Amino acid sequence: MTYLQKSPWIVHYNASSCNGCDIEILAALTPVFDVERFGIINTGNPKHADILLCTGSVNEQNKVPLKNVYDQIPEPKVVVAIGICASSGGIFRECYNVSGGIDKIIPVDVYVPGCAARPESIIDGVVTALGILEQKRLAMQTEGSPAGTKAGEAR
Amino acid sequence: MIPEPLLPVFYGLVYVLLAPLLGGLIAGIDRKVTARMQGRVGPPILQPFYDVGKLFEKENPVVTVTQNFYVLSYLVFMMVAGALFFSGGDMLLVIFAFTLSHIFIVLGAYASYSPYSHVGAERELLQIIAYEPMIILTAVGMYMVTQSFFVSTIVASSVPIILYLPGIFVGYMIVLTIKLRKSPFDISTSHHAHQEIVKGVTTDFAGPNLGKIEIAHWYEYVFLLGVIWLFFAWNPLLAVAAILVVYFLEILIDNTMSRVKWQLMLRTAWITAGTLGIINLGVLYYLGMVVP
Amino acid sequence: MQILDLLLCLILFPLVAALFLLVVRRDSVRSLIVQFAAVAIGIVSLVLLILGFDKGTLIYSVASEPVSLVMFIIEIILAVFILYLGIKFRKSLTVLLILLQAGMLVWFETSLAGNLHIANNLFVDQFSIIMALIIGIIGSLICVYAVGYMETYHNRHKEVRDRRSIFFGILFIFLAAMFGLVFSNNLLWVFFFWEITTICSFLLIGYAETEEATNNSFLALSMNLLGGVAFMAAIIYLVLADSSGILLDLNHLLATGKAFALVPAVLICFAGITKAALMPFSSWLVGAMVAPTPVSALLHSSTMVKAGVYIIVRFAPVLSGTTEGLMIALVGGMTFALASFMAISQNNAKKVLAYSTIANLGLIVACAGVGTYNLMWVAILLIIFHAIAKSLLFLCVGTVENRIGSRNIEDMGGLIVRMPKIAIMMFIGMAGMFLAPFGMVISKWAAIEAFITAPFGLIFIAILAFGGSATVFFWSKWMGKIISVMRDQNVIEDTVRKEKWAVLYILTGLVVVVCLIFPLISSVLIEPFVLNIYGHTTRLAQANLTIMIMMLFLLMIMPFSMLLYGKRAQPPALPYMGGRPMNDSMHFAGSIGISRELVLSNYYLEKTFGEERLFMIGVSLCWGLLLIAGILLLGVIL
Repeated sequence: MTYLQKSPWIVHYNASSCNGCDIEILAALTPVFDVERFGIINTGNPKHADILLCTGSVNEQNKVPLKNVYDQIPEPKVVVAIGICASSGGIFRECYNVSGGIDKIIPVDVYVPGCAARPESIIDGVVTALGILEQKRLAMQTEGSPAGTKAGEAR
Repeated sequence: MIPEPLLPVFYGLVYVLLAPLLGGLIAGIDRKVTARMQGRVGPPILQPFYDVGKLFEKENPVVTVTQNFYVLSYLVFMMVAGALFFSGGDMLLVIFAFTLSHIFIVLGAYASYSPYSHVGAERELLQIIAYEPMIILTAVGMYMVTQSFFVSTIVASSVPIILYLPGIFVGYMIVLTIKLRKSPFDISTSHHAHQEIVKGVTTDFAGPNLGKIEIAHWYEYVFLLGVIWLFFAWNPLLAVAAILVVYFLEILIDNTMSRVKWQLMLRTAWITAGTLGIINLGVLYYLGMVVP
Repeated sequence: MQILDLLLCLILFPLVAALFLLVVRRDSVRSLIVQFAAVAIGIVSLVLLILGFDKGTLIYSVASEPVSLVMFIIEIILAVFILYLGIKFRKSLTVLLILLQAGMLVWFETSLAGNLHIANNLFVDQFSIIMALIIGIIGSLICVYAVGYMETYHNRHKEVRDRRSIFFGILFIFLAAMFGLVFSNNLLWVFFFWEITTICSFLLIGYAETEEATNNSFLALSMNLLGGVAFMAAIIYLVLADSSGILLDLNHLLATGKAFALVPAVLICFAGITKAALMPFSSWLVGAMVAPTPVSALLHSSTMVKAGVYIIVRFAPVLSGTTEGLMIALVGGMTFALASFMAISQNNAKKVLAYSTIANLGLIVACAGVGTYNLMWVAILLIIFHAIAKSLLFLCVGTVENRIGSRNIEDMGGLIVRMPKIAIMMFIGMAGMFLAPFGMVISKWAAIEAFITAPFGLIFIAILAFGGSATVFFWSKWMGKIISVMRDQNVIEDTVRKEKWAVLYILTGLVVVVCLIFPLISSVLIEPFVLNIYGHTTRLAQANLTIMIMMLFLLMIMPFSMLLYGKRAQPPALPYMGGRPMNDSMHFAGSIGISRELVLSNYYLEKTFGEERLFMIGVSLCWGLLLIAGILLLGVIL
């Protein structure tokens, strides 16, 4: 049994999303869904977070901040791409300034498709991520830490 | 069972061992009640323990290694302050140790040289200067009623202290709001999902260091609520009831107020201390002169 | 007679050293003389401690007539000198005051001093020994430090005329005058040494000879001369009261009680307030910051201002329980609170130190003005702790200023990386000023416990509670500044000279050691002194002492916890910057591709704690209080 699964704190990063998915993420915090039941807290600070929820496709402007936010989350950590834009670039995929889904920049563990993704599926995605988080923690215990993803190492 | 001279040491140890459990539980209840007030189900009561357990499972990235030292000192001196209090030590010494521990967390935030931590540190200092006069006046008020600064004497006194110190008590509630990091005075950092200027003093602490800060905060909870006990020490049942009521009030205030600017916080705290606190003490002083 | 020899040696030896220094031109010789003299003075004051601590009050008769005559002549010469300078620089106020004072002096000597006979001119008791140790050890350490400092100072400030022989000469005359002041039992002698310190400080503040320095030195001079006039008035009052001059015998005067002593006590305390730079007169001490740093250190920690509080503490038993004493105490209390608030709004390191000094002197005077036995104990404790920590801080700031060329606190960011040793010493010095379990907090604590039983003590407790929290703010933010870790900074402290290091190490050691052994100091020196005057004494409870010492050890052990983390060294993470990465030179990419530098600045809260407004409030309040005291005094005289 591990505490990590009981207390996943998220940080939410909007990489040029249209705010559709973001509203749905915040909806998950409302009394209707109340994710704090599962110990989930929206922290706003990557250094306190375990899960990075990312919305929107990646463009030239937010490549660097996205990578930076990801790097500052201490291990073990997982990334959940929320919505179709974050998953693949969506309808913006072909834009001149868009790199594509966020997996072009940072490793993504869970894809939650939808435009916008529904709160139920977001919660489902986060719960799926918890399993991966636990695997990463076990891996970290046995072999130190996953290669090349230590916080701050990218500097 | 335990020889008399060792009793204070024993109480101190009991505090060091049990306060985190009690404090964590209080934090859990706090979150549950808060959630209910907002029409939510809320996390399990034991959630704070899960959080801290998780924080210790994570890695510990630091901007500078000295941060570890500051956080550890914060925790240790918070334990010292609380242990002194519960072993019946001198109130003023307890207050100074309490301030010392907070200076360490402020220094830890300064050390990282991040704009968010920096703002948090400045605001934490503002909080310290806002509540410090009142907390000293509280100790002085206790002295004026019981003729002793020692907690052991104050707690053994059969005088209903609250009847002599109503003004001080109201002032102390403001200290409590500031110290429990409740709205409207949660300007340096706050709990649960509240956030502003990222996360104030704790911005650049992660993993185990953040966990230690959380534990220190549990110690602080127990100590601060212990001071309320002193106001009602002549009747333990009433004391427990008072603590429950006060804490519920704090949660209510937290959920019904919005955060204020530091100017208003400083003004509120100082004006309360300067009027309610001083007038209360002045009346006591006058009575003490007239009716020796 | 052994102890008398020591006293004379302490007064005269610095004078001899000063004479040598005035004529020596070569740096190496000067350095040697200063070091030798400093060590000698330090050793002699320690010997005085060892021989004298258990002897109680010792009074010595020294042939007074010839000495008094020499003093009178020197005072007249100095008055003429000041008069000349005052006219030269067109300082009418100074001219007026010096004329007034010299007139009083001449009138006194010609018409009143005729049948004076004071036998017991020198004395020593535990308080004098404490003061002698502060002057002898801290004062002479500062002199040693000054040798290296002044060399760098002149390399940096080519425009300033090199008058180092005079500078060091005056420093040692200053020390001699301070020793004289604390050992004199004859108020005329005290007055003489009092005036010498005034004039020495005047010359030292004006050392740079810039317009600002000259103006500030005259400001200091005028204010202190005003105090001198009050002092002289006290002496005249005493002689008019008893023409044999027996009341000029300090110990005798204090023993006669309030009937005779109250009027001179208040007048002399007024002089003490000017010298200790309390509120209406605080501007001279702030202005004195233009002087080279060792001068500030000397004025602030071990000499000048300490002379002011010394004399007030001496008269504390007379003041206790009187309304006049309460007024003086309130001046002190107001000064403590307002100066602490003003320090928040300052970013000039030396000004912060100046306001902190003023605040602490205010607290000492507040204790002395109320003047109960336990407050007397606190006042002396404050004098000791303040002297050590403040001198250390001044010397550290001086060293930093010499290295980085700025005394702005904002420029001291990351000092822990650039000048690690200095930063740690500053850290300890600041901790000594406001953190438990170091000295000043012990005193603050004892002060609260003492005020609570004193008449009108509640006012002072309120002042202490509010003012004390302000000190926490301005020291911590400064501390935070020096310990914030910035990347890619070079160590720049290896050029600091060896003897400077030695001085700084000794002072840092003293901050910690005195904190550890203060119960011993208290029981050996302070308690017998207080017991002697009041018949009962005070101390901190044994249980609390044990806890304090345990806390101190804990504080010393804590830094070693970093060794635990050192083993698992990993690359440091970056500070959180809202997603923007920052490179090693503290730059980050701002909007539209502009590279910006990260600059953090402390809060100064100008609107709330602005200097001007608070200063105006303080000056009017304190003048008001002094006026009330004056009116009450007139009532007593008439």
